[in-house]
Amino acid sequence: MQSKMKESDPILEVENLSASTDNLPILKGVSLTVYPGEIHAIMGRNGCGKSTLSKIIAGHPSYNITNGDIKFLGENINSLEPEERAQLGIFLGFQYPIEIPGVSNLEFLRVSTNARRKFLNKEELDTFDFEELVKEKLEIVKMDHAFLSRSVNQGFSGGEKKRNEILQMALLEPKIAILDETDSGLDIDALRIVASGIKKISNAQTGIILITHYQRLLDEIKPNYVHVMSDGQIIKTGESDLALELEKKGYEWTDNFIKET
Amino acid sequence: MVNENLVKNVVKEPYKYGFVTDIETEKIAKGLNEDIIRLISQKKEEPKFLLDFRLKAFKKWQKMKEPDWAGLGYKQIDYQDIIYYSAPKQKEKISSLDEVDPKLLETFDKLGIPLTEQKKLTNVAVDAVFDSVSIATTFREELAEHGVIFCSISEAVKNHSDLIEKYLGTVVPASDNYFAALNSAVFSDGSFVYIPKGVTCPMDLSSYFRINSGDSGQFERTLIIAEESSSVSYLEGCTAPMFDTNTLHAAVVELIALDHASIKYSTVQNWYAGDEEGIGGIFNFVTKRGKCLGKRSKISWSQVETGSAITWKYPSCLLLGEESVGEFYSVALTNNLQQADTGTKMIHIGPKTKSTIVSKGISAGNSINSYRGLVKMGTKATGSRNYSQCDSMLIGDQASANTFPYIKSQQPNSEIEHEASTCRISEDQLFYLQSRGIEFEEAVSMMVSGFCRDVFNQLPMEFAAEADKLLALKLEGSVG
Repeated sequence: MQSKMKESDPILEVENLSASTDNLPILKGVSLTVYPGEIHAIMGRNGCGKSTLSKIIAGHPSYNITNGDIKFLGENINSLEPEERAQLGIFLGFQYPIEIPGVSNLEFLRVSTNARRKFLNKEELDTFDFEELVKEKLEIVKMDHAFLSRSVNQGFSGGEKKRNEILQMALLEPKIAILDETDSGLDIDALRIVASGIKKISNAQTGIILITHYQRLLDEIKPNYVHVMSDGQIIKTGESDLALELEKKGYEWTDNFIKET
Repeated sequence: MVNENLVKNVVKEPYKYGFVTDIETEKIAKGLNEDIIRLISQKKEEPKFLLDFRLKAFKKWQKMKEPDWAGLGYKQIDYQDIIYYSAPKQKEKISSLDEVDPKLLETFDKLGIPLTEQKKLTNVAVDAVFDSVSIATTFREELAEHGVIFCSISEAVKNHSDLIEKYLGTVVPASDNYFAALNSAVFSDGSFVYIPKGVTCPMDLSSYFRINSGDSGQFERTLIIAEESSSVSYLEGCTAPMFDTNTLHAAVVELIALDHASIKYSTVQNWYAGDEEGIGGIFNFVTKRGKCLGKRSKISWSQVETGSAITWKYPSCLLLGEESVGEFYSVALTNNLQQADTGTKMIHIGPKTKSTIVSKGISAGNSINSYRGLVKMGTKATGSRNYSQCDSMLIGDQASANTFPYIKSQQPNSEIEHEASTCRISEDQLFYLQSRGIEFEEAVSMMVSGFCRDVFNQLPMEFAAEADKLLALKLEGSVG
């Protein structure tokens, strides 16, 4: 897909991936390669398989890979558990972050941060050191310290949940982050906070996949590539102007590509 | 669908207290009749009033029918096939802990309850009960300086018979129920606590009950009296070896709180639960009740029930004194083929009495976990209030949870509030935690302890940590 020569090895390679749930095929041969420093956007109608793709990369147990491979830094990760993938540095920002009653957000963040640190052979943080770290990261998403003492995502507004996702991304420092409709349900201010947070966390060594319906997130974070998905396949790939064109013409325009292929 | 096999693996942790101590014991013949009761009483050198108490209870028991309203399924118990007294052979008179059979000390060591002077726990006094007898009580002298009596109930019968005669059976009368009557007839040992007026007990008191013998029942009896303006925190722990037969444990616990007194009673029950096929395990049929006799008195029960093949237990409060307070905080976890029917009764008799019930049931495997509770407002309980919250969590799709709240109010000027919920650990919740690098089993135990947090907050600190660990172990392999 990438035409120019790359200097470094890809972070993520999805090769001809097909997957199903309850014997229902959802992905029908998706290929996607992300190199360090790249930002990819995936767009497409509801139900086209965007979210499924993100969940399968993160290892959701409800989906079966029927064909193809997912490689992370050259290694096949098809059979890894979700926690192993997360420890390697794959991060999924959830479209609908899950509420977990009774589990304190602070404790959750600390345990997950330490799981990643342990994998990286970094010292695990005790509660005091973690407090310091998390304070610093809260700045990035402009969240109040009070969020930490609440149960994970419970009673959070839509915007708060999404910011909590970006906070987790900031703490886990992933190699690749797949952000599934992180922009949905955000007002303009929250969108800016989230977008600037993502930009602060990402760098020349990390890759980002943005799954979105709207141009407005892409105005804030300019992608290198835009992919259009339909019926479990990537039907068109272009540069950032493809998103603008899509915004103008709507998904009906993309239906023609399917006919062409 | 959550992966069943993974769930099963989580709950499979072997029971680490399942060993048997090889020790010479003195056992009486199997069976139950007046002569056996006379023999028990004689062995314990009891005064006549107590023998009469036992015999009266036995007569009542003979006329009673084993209750079946809880709908628990178990094999008929043959009461003539049980040994009602079993004690490790010891020297006649033991003057210090050093004279206790080293095998017994070692047993309690292994259970994490060291008793000897050098090793004993520093912040808590322990009464260690082995089958039918109490073998040691630590810190007795230190407690005596404060006027606190902490000893086995057999000793209390000898040395404080006035208190026993005055209070025994006043909270749980022998005729209360089938198992209470049985216990009243044959009880062997247990703990006795007396906190004098105005004294705050300087340390936590704790009893550790160990069933060692496979063919004898354990019928312990505990009596705690808190005089005016006194307070005490009492902890109870229980374990038993793994036998493929069922052992009956029918205890009675009575608490009495006078004016402004407060008793906090915490239990971590980890009796052997039987194996995955439901073979063996303890039948835990227990009557626990407290009487808030005095004005502004308070009794608080907290329990973590993880063991036993069957648990039938309703720690209750009789709220007589004006403005008295009753509390019940419970976590009950069942797995494999365990059955638990547990809850509380809050009987509001006096005016302006208050009760709180927080119950968390977790069922995994093929287990059945029921909350059964009664809140009753009597005619004089004007201005009284109750708040109940009963939550159930299901793990896997074979377990069941029930809630049976009974509410009776004869007093229009009182409030009763009941909330209930049932949840399941969802695959999405697990995936969310896992996708943040948290191992599957840790994710499950995080969610379970999160679910139980309201109750754990009520436990004494060391107990809370132990309870948390215990649940994690019990659940290992159960969720998927």
